[in-house]
Amino acid sequence: MSCTVRIASPLRSYTAGAATLAARGSTLAEVLANLEQRCPGIRFRMIDEHNRIRPHMRLFVNTGEAHELSATVRDGDTVHVICALSGG
Amino acid sequence: MAGTLWIGTRKGLFALRADGARRNWKLAGPQFLGQIIHHVVQDPREPRVLLLATRTGHLGPTVFRSTDRGRSWHEAARPPAFRAGHDGEEARAVQRVFWLTPGHRSERASWYAGSSPAGLFRSTDGGEHWDPVAGFNDHPMRPKWAALGTPDGEFLHSILVDPRDPRHLHIAISVGGVFESTDAGRNWTPLNDGCAADFLPDPSVPFGHDPHCMVQHPARPERLYQQNHCGIYRLDGPGRRWKRIGDAMPKTVGDIGFPIVLHPTDPDTAWVVPMDGQSVWPRTSVGGKPAVYGTRDGGASWRRMDRGLPRSQAWFTVLRQAMCADTRERPGVYFGTTGGEVWASTNSGDSWRCLARHLPEIYSVSHAA
Repeated sequence: MSCTVRIASPLRSYTAGAATLAARGSTLAEVLANLEQRCPGIRFRMIDEHNRIRPHMRLFVNTGEAHELSATVRDGDTVHVICALSGG
Repeated sequence: MAGTLWIGTRKGLFALRADGARRNWKLAGPQFLGQIIHHVVQDPREPRVLLLATRTGHLGPTVFRSTDRGRSWHEAARPPAFRAGHDGEEARAVQRVFWLTPGHRSERASWYAGSSPAGLFRSTDGGEHWDPVAGFNDHPMRPKWAALGTPDGEFLHSILVDPRDPRHLHIAISVGGVFESTDAGRNWTPLNDGCAADFLPDPSVPFGHDPHCMVQHPARPERLYQQNHCGIYRLDGPGRRWKRIGDAMPKTVGDIGFPIVLHPTDPDTAWVVPMDGQSVWPRTSVGGKPAVYGTRDGGASWRRMDRGLPRSQAWFTVLRQAMCADTRERPGVYFGTTGGEVWASTNSGDSWRCLARHLPEIYSVSHAA
């Protein structure tokens, strides 16, 4: 499965500045593993050592928020990586 | 000998570089703009090398390494992380890498890191790959040792490696207490006798104390000093009981604070920055009149050192990593404030001047030769 991943600005130091990348995988876990291969270090900034999405990260598949890495990703989907932060 | 002060802030990394006389300082940076910098430490075994502990508001914690005195930085390939838990186990995740300590001089590429929630990690390749120190992180008593953490989690800090023996380690946990290992971290023993814990239902407990900062003198490693939530202490090994040397501080000032810094060669000389620990714990300078207090006799007496500091209406706080000394014969002493100011004394605390203002909230100040 091939999808598009939209990268939030705090993570673009790992993608050479790219806001959008193509990735492969049929679940979010596989998509992030594929991303990690090409952008080493990016996954751990989003996902903790117990495979939980970090508190200030939000992952969407198309317009639906995914709370688990087992979420299905279909061919042509767009995965959005969004950062949620409040305060100054 | 010029030097650099590395300033870790809530919004990035700055550097203050001095001329040889320490008269003129130039501010550089920011690097890592927007990132939270908890600690920056030079490797005394290889002075070109620096390690930096960081995270951002959004992103997970990590470690960066520089091999060119801070000009460029490279992220660790495997940052500190707890091992994957077994079923039914508490699944702890590192929220912040809070503390960095170079390993023993005989172990040239070794480093230790402390985290919140309380975890101890070790690298044997210069900070590129980190592994949990299972002897502490999986110790059956650890959940009890670090049971009273704040909502931010307990902080493991003040990792001390005995210069006489790489297997002899001390760590401190806020809240949890001081712990000692004599076998390179495989086993740990609480070391809190004599320390007050007046916030606990049973103040006589063997652990659960709140050390804010602990230091060990390189020329007299059997001596430890500690700035605790409940006072200033000294321990002279092989004794195992802390003595409250903060009792000699003026009662109107008290002996509460975050940092404690030692003279590089004189084990009897130390500096602290008292803060207000009354009622709701304002944690500001006492009465809005900031002062450093210094001792030259191991804490038997203390002298107020506030010449050049604001005389009133200055309500800042100096956090535990935000004070340091350089290595001159008459050492410079430096601190950064939560209000973004850096203050320096090049005469061991006798007088102070402000080197920088308007920086973000300062978390750490460290000297690099």
